[in-house]
Amino acid sequence: MLNIDSLNQGIVIDHIKAGSSMKIYDLLNLAQMDCCVAVIKNAKSSKYGKKDIIKIEGVIDIDLDILGFIDPNITVNLIDDGKIIKKTKLVLPHVLKNVIKCKNPRCITSIEEEIDQVFQLCDGRYRCTYCEQEYQE
Amino acid sequence: MRSLIDPLDLSVMETNQLLDLADRIAENPGNYSGVCKGKKLATLFYEPSTRTRLSFEAAMLNLGGSVLGFSSANSSSASKGESVADTIRAVSCYADICAIRHPKEGAPLRASKYSKIPVINAGDGGHQHPTQTLTDLMTIRNKKHRLDHLTIGLCGDLKFGRTVHSLIKSLARYEDIRFVLISPEELRAPDYITEHVLKERNIPFEEVESIDDVISKLDILYMTRVQKERFFNEEDYIRLKDSYILTLDKMRGAKPDMAVLHPLPRVNEIALEVDDDPRAAYFDQVQNGVYVRMALIMTLLEVEHA
Repeated sequence: MLNIDSLNQGIVIDHIKAGSSMKIYDLLNLAQMDCCVAVIKNAKSSKYGKKDIIKIEGVIDIDLDILGFIDPNITVNLIDDGKIIKKTKLVLPHVLKNVIKCKNPRCITSIEEEIDQVFQLCDGRYRCTYCEQEYQE
Repeated sequence: MRSLIDPLDLSVMETNQLLDLADRIAENPGNYSGVCKGKKLATLFYEPSTRTRLSFEAAMLNLGGSVLGFSSANSSSASKGESVADTIRAVSCYADICAIRHPKEGAPLRASKYSKIPVINAGDGGHQHPTQTLTDLMTIRNKKHRLDHLTIGLCGDLKFGRTVHSLIKSLARYEDIRFVLISPEELRAPDYITEHVLKERNIPFEEVESIDDVISKLDILYMTRVQKERFFNEEDYIRLKDSYILTLDKMRGAKPDMAVLHPLPRVNEIALEVDDDPRAAYFDQVQNGVYVRMALIMTLLEVEHA
């Protein structure tokens, strides 16, 4: 059994679909942050069987909206003084910037250098702001 | 500073006001011959065009302004790999307003984000063509004396037909509009039109494959060309290019006051015999295209109305 100390202050991203934690690690740009981060893969879950968990120590400012796009089942707990002070309910973010790429070969994003890949949420679907095509996985 | 990238960049009221101005210009073009004196229009055409580029240039010349630009990507720095963002930053230093046509969808939007001058989308790939829509609306209004309570049939390449997408977006805002989308299954309108524009707003529409079954209920028939330049696969183009051809025989089933529109150029989708039918309105569109572009340039440059 692997033991990771409880956080005194920080963020716990829980109920991550098993195997998705490194994707979230990259999207939240955690490698660039000067803080202690624990990535726990394949932890036991009574609900899902297996899950991933990310624990981030300290007071940090990261954009968690993106998590709602990756997996709305993820839970985010803010920890202070060793206790959960806030549980954040995830929603689909209105705008996704440089998270996903437009796959329409006719879109300007396919040739223009340094262009941001921006998708807007329209009626529950993400559409490229340039060509309006729906994002396809 | 305003640009026209998407037809919805103009509200219904602004669209109507612009069409009113275009009507006034059509009545007395001479009254507007000097209102843009000293102003320059840049036409950045990365893709071939006859009507759109010339009508933009004619519009600016009619207003007393001058024009500069290029008519193909090969004669611009795009051939050296320059980005749209860099090109527009340069052009902003030379002109007061610009019209851009580009084969890539969203290129005019990209340009508008880096521009210091108003940007007009003169057609981006198979996406949007808002100034053709203004032309179409002016023609429909002149023929039917209204833009509401209409059944509009759109026929041909509805998938890549940017004029179709823009016209649907704009007309869908008027009261009691019904659309009949006539195309082979492979060329149906994209879902950002059917789902996001039509279904979301509960606009009645039907998708059919035969023009004969529906022509009798149409107030407007908007024909389009199956565009070779939008296909990556030539076999698909050859298979679909002759899907719909409008003939006088087919027109016999239509209302006597139905108007036939086409953004042009046509290849063979409207038989030449239809040209002499009083319901043919596609050459009126060409003339109206100059007037609406004059009105648009004046509006975006905020010049005094005569």
